[in-house]
Amino acid sequence: MNISLGSVSIPFSEVIKSIFINSDNESWQFIIQDYRLPKAFTAILVGSGLGISGLLMQTLFRNPLAGPFVLGISSGASLGVALVILGSGIFGGVFASVLISKWSIVIAASLGSFLVLLAVLLVSSKVRDTMAILIIGLMFGSITAAIVSVLSYFSSAEQLQQYIFWGFGSLGNLSWNELFIFFGIYILGILLAIFSIKALNTFLLGENYAKSLGLDVKKSRFIIIIATSLLAGTITAFAGPIAFIGLAIPHMTRQIFNTSNHKTLLPAVFLFGAIVMLICDSIAQLPSSDYTLPINAITSLIGAPVVVWLLVRKRKMVF
Amino acid sequence: MTATNRHTILKTKHLSIGYKTKKATSVITENINLELKEGELIGLVGANGIGKSTLLRTLSAIQQPLDGHIEINDIPLKNHSALDLAKTMSLVLTEQLMSKNLSVFELVALGRQPYTNWVGNLSEEDISEVKKAIELTNLSDLKDRKCFELSDGQLQKVMIARALSQDTNLIILDEPTTHLDMYHKAYILKLLQRLAKETHKTILFSSHEIDLAIQLCDTMIVMTNNTVVSDSPCHLIEQGVFETLFPKDLIGFDKISGSFKVKK
Repeated sequence: MNISLGSVSIPFSEVIKSIFINSDNESWQFIIQDYRLPKAFTAILVGSGLGISGLLMQTLFRNPLAGPFVLGISSGASLGVALVILGSGIFGGVFASVLISKWSIVIAASLGSFLVLLAVLLVSSKVRDTMAILIIGLMFGSITAAIVSVLSYFSSAEQLQQYIFWGFGSLGNLSWNELFIFFGIYILGILLAIFSIKALNTFLLGENYAKSLGLDVKKSRFIIIIATSLLAGTITAFAGPIAFIGLAIPHMTRQIFNTSNHKTLLPAVFLFGAIVMLICDSIAQLPSSDYTLPINAITSLIGAPVVVWLLVRKRKMVF
Repeated sequence: MTATNRHTILKTKHLSIGYKTKKATSVITENINLELKEGELIGLVGANGIGKSTLLRTLSAIQQPLDGHIEINDIPLKNHSALDLAKTMSLVLTEQLMSKNLSVFELVALGRQPYTNWVGNLSEEDISEVKKAIELTNLSDLKDRKCFELSDGQLQKVMIARALSQDTNLIILDEPTTHLDMYHKAYILKLLQRLAKETHKTILFSSHEIDLAIQLCDTMIVMTNNTVVSDSPCHLIEQGVFETLFPKDLIGFDKISGSFKVKK
């Protein structure tokens, strides 16, 4: 359904046809195979990946406000992208045209989030307290925000616009090749998350109980953080900083399934994240019109009221 | 079976506990010599801030000892692997559960983690151990309830059941009776006494319910500013150890009734 909606509306039956057999309408076939299908895939990967990394963070940090970006992953990515787009103006116009290709943005975002993550991991090996890591992640966030605003002060309007567009997030624009790389890293992150299910359930008791149950707390924490950063890092690199999904999906799933058991939560968050992202994407495209809204605005516009409604209806937050 | 030929589960020799930072070492208590035997209920009492929790945390390997030895089943504590230790010793701590959105059964089943596979699936043996723990603590009626629906007393029973399902020789509880009313304080301690008898587990708990502990424990450990004494409650009363527990200006120990009285 997501695939059939877009600037050009294509009947559902034709969609099926063009995926499995060849369609009679060549332009439809092209739109679907090279544009809508990869976009739907991206939406599924982004939604489920962000949802799961949010779940991992909320459990690890024992904090319902935690999301995949609390470790400073998105700030790192933003910083990388800001340096490339905004910095290119400052460091000389010659490089500007060469630097700002899509791949350079992807690489800058990955590099940025990876470096911030490395810093966070380094610090976290020194501090024992999980809460401290959370605060350190937030601090990195403010530092990057500050650097970005300094950079934007010295940048041209055009560059600023380009940066802001990246910040809107985008599910389209991914070729099959890019998707392939995206998918590889994504799978790695998901596997690590599945591997951590038992540890995650133990963390529900608190760290001292986890330790008394024979769990290697430091190692599990490390694996969980790596899984999150792989997922959130690549997603941000390829699709921009998509807001809200990572924070909201785990809450929605917990409210609906009414459990904290990760054996149920993990697959549920996976499905739910994918579904919500597909719906948001369908809305963002404004079916049958020529406009496409920024996906970031839609995820929050749709998601926030749903979470508020769920909380009000149950009158109580289950965590 | 007399106390002397019972198997010793936990032994400490010249143990010092406290906190060590890079700059300074603050010793809380030195030269602690204890022997905990199989099937005993042991109560640890002492004034606030005397180091009961520190002692329990050190015995349960959450915290490092400053000096001396701790042996569990005749093997030094530090030589036990984390998993090995998880099968020998289970804990009930004062810290709040992070998530109460688990059913009683699920929470008790978390005690089986040292025995389950990588994804945490319960085998039939695991399930029967969990059921046994739930029955021993009289929680059968509540087993499908969510933990956030329970009262403090019920939740404490669930945490004890969780420790039981871990199937260990030794259970250590840090102040299991705080926040409970008088009836439930007695109930929980009575439950611990019954469990020690029926399951032959060694149960060590800290508590401020000295009166109750005197009536129920096989052995009591009394911590004061400079000494740690352990003996049967009767001997401790005869030796007048309880009188040294608190400053004498407000309350005094009555040997005949075995309880503290406010001075008028």
